[in-house]
Amino acid sequence: MSPRRRTGLVPYLLSLPAAVWLGAFFVLPLLTILGVSLMTGNSIDGWTLTWNFSIFGDAISTYSTQFGRSFLYGGISTAVALVTMYPVAYWIAFHGGRFKSVLLFLLLLPFFVSFVIRILAWQFILADDGIILSALKDIGLVPADTHVLSTPFAVVAGLTYDALPFMLLPLYVALQRIDPAHVEAAADLYATGAARFRTVILPLSAPGIYAGIVLVAITNIGDYLSASILGGPSTTMIGNIIQTQYVNNADYPIASALALILMVTLMLAMAVYARVFGTRTLQEHIG
Amino acid sequence: MSAASAPVGRRRSRGLAGPLWQRAVLPSYVFVVLAVTLVPIIVMIVYSLNQAPNQRLSFSWHGFTTEWYRRLFEIPDLTSALVTSLEIAALSTVIAVAIGTPAALALTRYRFRGRGVGDLVILADIAAPSVVVGASLLGLFVYLGVSRGFGTILIAHVAFNVAFVVIVLQARLRDIDPSLAEAARDLGSSPFQAFWLVTVPVIYPAILSAALLAAALSIDDFIITSFVAGQTLTFPLWVYGSVKVGIPPQVFAMGTLIFAAGVLIALAGVVSARRSEPRT
Repeated sequence: MSPRRRTGLVPYLLSLPAAVWLGAFFVLPLLTILGVSLMTGNSIDGWTLTWNFSIFGDAISTYSTQFGRSFLYGGISTAVALVTMYPVAYWIAFHGGRFKSVLLFLLLLPFFVSFVIRILAWQFILADDGIILSALKDIGLVPADTHVLSTPFAVVAGLTYDALPFMLLPLYVALQRIDPAHVEAAADLYATGAARFRTVILPLSAPGIYAGIVLVAITNIGDYLSASILGGPSTTMIGNIIQTQYVNNADYPIASALALILMVTLMLAMAVYARVFGTRTLQEHIG
Repeated sequence: MSAASAPVGRRRSRGLAGPLWQRAVLPSYVFVVLAVTLVPIIVMIVYSLNQAPNQRLSFSWHGFTTEWYRRLFEIPDLTSALVTSLEIAALSTVIAVAIGTPAALALTRYRFRGRGVGDLVILADIAAPSVVVGASLLGLFVYLGVSRGFGTILIAHVAFNVAFVVIVLQARLRDIDPSLAEAARDLGSSPFQAFWLVTVPVIYPAILSAALLAAALSIDDFIITSFVAGQTLTFPLWVYGSVKVGIPPQVFAMGTLIFAAGVLIALAGVVSARRSEPRT
């Protein structure tokens, strides 16, 4: 009897517990919020499914500012993190020498500090009477009423800081895979430094850029902690609204609708992004 | 690597900008980024050693003290929040590894209908924004009338940890020759024995790193937990709640200790991996 005959059920049995868990507590909830968003009522009298599709229009028109802001802050912080970390990843991958692992480890240290405490530390640093501003005010470099907290700058700075290690990792992985012989070959063919970068290193590192952008953008667009601790009333992001409506106000339909819209918008953005940027660089990568 | 490419660069007129760029400008830049990276960590450590006359963290420096480490567990609510976090981390890690390991094995070793969907769900679970994952889970719990607390936090943490365990193990399993386990089968062992005696020892380091990642993600999670926690507080939730009323210095002391523990475990992992390298 061939052993192949008995493998029929094995993979299903092996993956059953995980499939059940993820099905019940990840996939099913995503379907549930569609139902929840179409209900009307309140937490005292209970909720009934009324197929209230107009909630999506209401949600978008009421919170379009916060949606726009989330994508703006998320986009800026992703772009800044990419531009900041690319040269770092490049230098470590090509010229890090024996300090490679040490440098990487040091740059990844924020992973070991609790997310909330990292943001709190920035609140501490950027506060009106905090370390930076009090010093600058003492020597008269900035006016005494300058403040950074509650401004978009503080929120974007927090988001960017959080993104740095997440951006570094995929960039470094992609860059250190590049065979130096390819760069040398370009040099042998009289490519200038800039040309070598543009035609060899940049295209070969495109998968890392792609992965870093996806990873960081999704996290930052959906974040609410940075806006909550470093921001103010004028920097509210869509994550803050979802959280407040769901947990504090118990307005489940509007919060579910907002979460659903966020998820669908991100999925569409990713699909377009993969079409325009991802597959083309992938083709260049292979061809 | 750089040594090999250096002669080429010199011969082919890399220009004066090349070496200066690589030897001075870029390294200095890397160190500036590194400094910014470390600033919040240094702030946390330094201010955990600052005296605080009113029991709250303040910006001004009152003098060095180790008081907050000695009085680490003096705030009962904070201590119980930390204990909750550690319990959730331990339990969710064990469950995620227990159900994630066989799933990773199935997804890498077998071709079966539904494998593509499985891979997609795992990826979606990792990529989906935490706000959406948290909000939709709360939606389900509200819908079913489940009261929120320790159990729902645990359910949520397992749900995101499973995906990371599967991803880490898949990467390792792809590098391992499946004929190892097949050889054991040929020598008369049962599939269970082959798994337990051959596959597990080989992927043990990967299981360990998956478990550490899961535990770290669980202790750190704020956004998803904030949706499903109900009245139960984990360490990040307690810290967040204390922002409005003033943060006790013990928070930075605990943060520093968690940081130190994480760094030590990671370093131990690196050292043991280096030591076992020649043998495998």
